[in-house]
Amino acid sequence: MINPPASFRWTRRIVLALLAVFTLVPVGVMVSSSLKPLQDVQGPFRWIPSTLTVRPYFDIWKTVPLGKYFINSIIVAGGATVCSVLIAILAAYGVSRYRFRGRRLFTVTVLSTQMFPGILFLLPLFLIFVNIGNSTGVALYGSRGGLILTYLTFSLPFSIWMLVGYFDSIPRDLDEAALVDGCGPVRALVQIIVPAAVPGIVAVAVYAFMTAWGEVLFASVMTNDETRTLAVGLQGYATLNDVYWNQVMAASLVVSVPVVAGFLLLQRYLVAGLTAGAVK
Amino acid sequence: MRQRLGRLRLTPKGLPYLLLLPALLLELLIHLVPMVVGIAMSFKQLTQFFIRDWSSAPWTGLGNYHLAVDFSAPVGQSLLNSFWVTCAFTILAVGLSWLVGTTAAIMMQDAFRGRGLLRAAFLLPYALPVYAAVITWSFMFQRDTGLVNHVLHDQLHLTSDRPFWLIGDNSFTALVVVSVWRSWPFAFLTLTAGLQNIPRELYEAAAMDGAGVWQQIRRITLPSLRPVNLVLVLVLFLWTFNDFNTPYVLFGKSAPEASDLISIHIYQSSFVTWNFGAGSAMSVLLLLFLLLVTSVYLFTTSRRRGADD
Repeated sequence: MINPPASFRWTRRIVLALLAVFTLVPVGVMVSSSLKPLQDVQGPFRWIPSTLTVRPYFDIWKTVPLGKYFINSIIVAGGATVCSVLIAILAAYGVSRYRFRGRRLFTVTVLSTQMFPGILFLLPLFLIFVNIGNSTGVALYGSRGGLILTYLTFSLPFSIWMLVGYFDSIPRDLDEAALVDGCGPVRALVQIIVPAAVPGIVAVAVYAFMTAWGEVLFASVMTNDETRTLAVGLQGYATLNDVYWNQVMAASLVVSVPVVAGFLLLQRYLVAGLTAGAVK
Repeated sequence: MRQRLGRLRLTPKGLPYLLLLPALLLELLIHLVPMVVGIAMSFKQLTQFFIRDWSSAPWTGLGNYHLAVDFSAPVGQSLLNSFWVTCAFTILAVGLSWLVGTTAAIMMQDAFRGRGLLRAAFLLPYALPVYAAVITWSFMFQRDTGLVNHVLHDQLHLTSDRPFWLIGDNSFTALVVVSVWRSWPFAFLTLTAGLQNIPRELYEAAAMDGAGVWQQIRRITLPSLRPVNLVLVLVLFLWTFNDFNTPYVLFGKSAPEASDLISIHIYQSSFVTWNFGAGSAMSVLLLLFLLLVTSVYLFTTSRRRGADD
């Protein structure tokens, strides 16, 4: 915009301020309520705690086995992220550097799996996992491995798409020179492409981690008491006869910190990745 | 160029396929095979007695589909209700998210003090895990202890009594608000990325010709964002129409009739009654509907783009 008049600047201030309130009020409620004593959240709502207390942050671990859920979520989201990034790097390298029959079909197929509702393959996948377990003894249903397998495919399409954009922006001469020097294609990938694409890979990893950390539908069906993740575990507070809302808010805050911190630190890369995709 | 192609041909022919193999196998296992299985299941009388060995369930032909679309019977009626609720919800939520996202992205195009901080704040709803964010909203919507009624009733005296937000007809409003809160930052993020591709010279030229702010937005910004918007609206539509997480965390396992989104409806039909056959038939109908909408959308937008050129 060039030379915006004062009226535009004022509209802008008001609109952005209102939006900031709408966006931040829930976050504020989360923070302030997590520091309230129990009686504050059992009566009418109050903006400011009557007294500040950090007790909820200690109690959350006892009310439900939050520690166990936390470890499960870390294993599942971490596992899904590592596998998804590795697989996406290989696939994106193939799509970006080679022209082959079915290249377009692959991209379209992979991206189109993204659009279908989770509920559509939840039921069959549930049955497939149960039946694989019954016939081969490989327990996918209820296991963290089954969940890792499922989640990594959720972030895979977008990760591949974003990495292809990144790899395309790395000059071909770099890895072709390595190939001419007698480097194998895998070494060219590991030694030339991957180091040059670190920002893109980091962004993709954050996206994959967020996807797995936040998924609810499959977690609610595919886990049992031992493998329950935070997505389902957090509901444990709400099903108690008396909901300790201060604890719920404290727990919500604690489970949000890892992903929010990662996202805010790395959002620049995500924007860059999206821009690379949007140009195409 | 020819030399480059020739050099690439030196590599083994199967290599690209080998690189794609892991991704392809996993997509097949988790998405495509289950989809085919799901279509098969929809033709079977798959109730709780056959879970352990689903292949032994008897075929019923179109029985499950008849059950789902018999709009005079309870099952069909509630499915139809859920469909209309989902349509209304999607139109409202996508429209508002897009509007808010576009407004914010355009208003934050020029640098000003605190822009980086504000952008980070705007992206928070997108970064927060859905269950943590939505559970906070469900606290805010509590009738007696929530913030919403405190502001509306106790502080502004707008309502004569404290309304319920999570049951009854108000739940629809609550659902739309939470959904817009969660998805407008994605629109904002995508459009911010799109805006970075508009060369500044365009605006300078327009300003020299005497175009004001609104004209610059209408003549330059919005047309340049068109390709991004085409994808964005489609993605928002698919996400919102299929949204399961928001209603599931907001209302728990039984959604009120006024906000019975289709994903929740199918989930309940399947896992509460364990009638997987009927649930699969509904899923297939949903898939057909989404395919229809998506192809009509892509067809009309690509035709219009052709006409523009």
